[in-house]
Amino acid sequence: MTNGDFPKLDIKLPQLKRGTIKLIVIAIVVVVVLAGSFYQVNPEEVGVILQFGKYVRMSNPGLHLKIPGVEELIKVPVARQLKLEFGFRTASAGIRTEYTATRETLEEAQMLTGDLNVAIVEWIVQYKIKDPYNYLFKLRDAETTFRYMNEAVVRKFVGDNSVDEIITVGRARIALDCKEELQRLCDLYEIGLQVDQLIFQDVNPPDPVKPSFNEVNESVQEKETKINQAWSEYNQEIPKAEGEANQTIQAAEGYAMERVNNAQGDATRFRAIYREYVRAPLVTRKRLYLEAIAEILPKISKKIFIDEKLQNVLPLLNLGQEVKK
Amino acid sequence: MNKQTKLILLMAVLVGFIILLGNSFYIVKETNQVIILQFGKPMGDAVTKPGLHVKLPFIRKANYFEKRWLEWNGDVNQIPTRDKKFIEIDTYARWRISDPLVFFQSVRDERGAQSRLDDIIDGETRNAIANYDLEELVRSSNRKFEETEEAGVLTEREEVITIETGRDKITEIILIASSLITPVIGIELKDVRIKRINYIEEVRQEVFGRMIAERQRIAAKYRSEGDGRSAEIRGEKERELKRIQSGAYKTVQEIKGKADAQATRIYADAYNLDPEFYQFMRTLETYRIIMDNETILLLSTDTEFLKYLKKTTR
Repeated sequence: MTNGDFPKLDIKLPQLKRGTIKLIVIAIVVVVVLAGSFYQVNPEEVGVILQFGKYVRMSNPGLHLKIPGVEELIKVPVARQLKLEFGFRTASAGIRTEYTATRETLEEAQMLTGDLNVAIVEWIVQYKIKDPYNYLFKLRDAETTFRYMNEAVVRKFVGDNSVDEIITVGRARIALDCKEELQRLCDLYEIGLQVDQLIFQDVNPPDPVKPSFNEVNESVQEKETKINQAWSEYNQEIPKAEGEANQTIQAAEGYAMERVNNAQGDATRFRAIYREYVRAPLVTRKRLYLEAIAEILPKISKKIFIDEKLQNVLPLLNLGQEVKK
Repeated sequence: MNKQTKLILLMAVLVGFIILLGNSFYIVKETNQVIILQFGKPMGDAVTKPGLHVKLPFIRKANYFEKRWLEWNGDVNQIPTRDKKFIEIDTYARWRISDPLVFFQSVRDERGAQSRLDDIIDGETRNAIANYDLEELVRSSNRKFEETEEAGVLTEREEVITIETGRDKITEIILIASSLITPVIGIELKDVRIKRINYIEEVRQEVFGRMIAERQRIAAKYRSEGDGRSAEIRGEKERELKRIQSGAYKTVQEIKGKADAQATRIYADAYNLDPEFYQFMRTLETYRIIMDNETILLLSTDTEFLKYLKKTTR
């Protein structure tokens, strides 16, 4: 290395006075201290301050001071509603929410019913942290314990209902019982949680059994259909028969009227003729007779008059030919 | 000694003093309880008051233990009930270190405690379950099941099962039995509950089979109800049809009969005025009807209307 190859490095360090260095150090220390002294609590939170590990106070939302190094801050979300899922997990929430079912979730959901059958029960619980001190310091791992409590409580009540009640009519009632018992346990355990809602999601019979449950629904449909069919036949044929019956009755009435009217007509006519007949019976008879003859004889094409005195002649009539005509 | 050495010495003493000071204090958090050990020997009771505390440095050490309620989760066990049904049961319990000293001396730490608790609680659980039928473990009360349409079929044939003890009482028995033992290891047990209870796999399949058979019975019942009712309705329909038709027939015959009777009366009244005259008129009428162009008429000349053919006198 020769002196001529490298340019001489000529960095001039600023000449600081002793006092300035002290000032800078003090400034840094002040900044660090201040940073450790201020803290912010968000609207949904509460700040828990520990002094040498001992709880001293809680802070509401806003900007606060604490003693750095001595006081420690833990933030607890008390206003936020939290949710736990049982028997399923929401994989991605959105417009079309996707759910996953794993072996683990199936084990969460499968339970015995009061009639010793098996049901698959999914539920969610919505809750809030209502007592941050208890939540932090009375019980360790509150969320795990809360999950255990949920499973124990729901299984207890499902175990007191029949499989039909759980799947159909009892859902709301059982959910309410579960919620109340869960809250009671929370208070007993001093876990510091408040149960807002316990809601059942899908409640089903186990997969292998589902088809037979569906079969029951189908058979109910079939029953309805058969009965409706029979009624519809009834409602078609009965009115028709009634109509027809009425028709025949009316026809009969018509016949009756006709018959009576005809009879009356004939009778009146006869009476009228008879009235005239009585005044001149013989003449009337002859007249009627002759009128009739005059009407009849022209109609007859074959008329044969035979003298009554003709006795020895055998009247032979070739009827065969006449009949053929 | 020169100034340099004095400074170093001073620094060393200062550092040593700070370390000593640091080791004289210990912090007990809200979640801690502390046992002070002197050369491995416990000194005094547990320190539970949270905050800053003082102790002899180095000679005495602070051992930390949990003060909070802790969770114990049992293994899943396959246990037969009294009525020989094999179930898988999963319990959990709530416990805490009530006497850290005893705890430390007997199980040392939480891992040791969990293992001992496993033995104690699982043991009591096995005993309890073997003493009761399955219903006692599943049900908590004797409440009657609400009869849905489907259940109606089943409760007809099954006797109602009642329990004497129930789930809650049984877990209480387990708790009481276990918590008699746990103080020996410095543990207080507060709650034992059944987290999960299920049939083992083989039994589960059997139960599914039973459930399927039950449902099929219900479905068959509905179908036959449908058949029965629809046949009933059809029968009613037939009956009604017959009623309508025969009723109409009866009415028709009545009407016709009345009319015929009335007509006959009318005729008779009229024709009875002179029956013979009526006969005369009627016969003439008949002649009109029966004789047509097909008729062949043979008349003798002594027929009345032909009498004028032969003579003109009366």
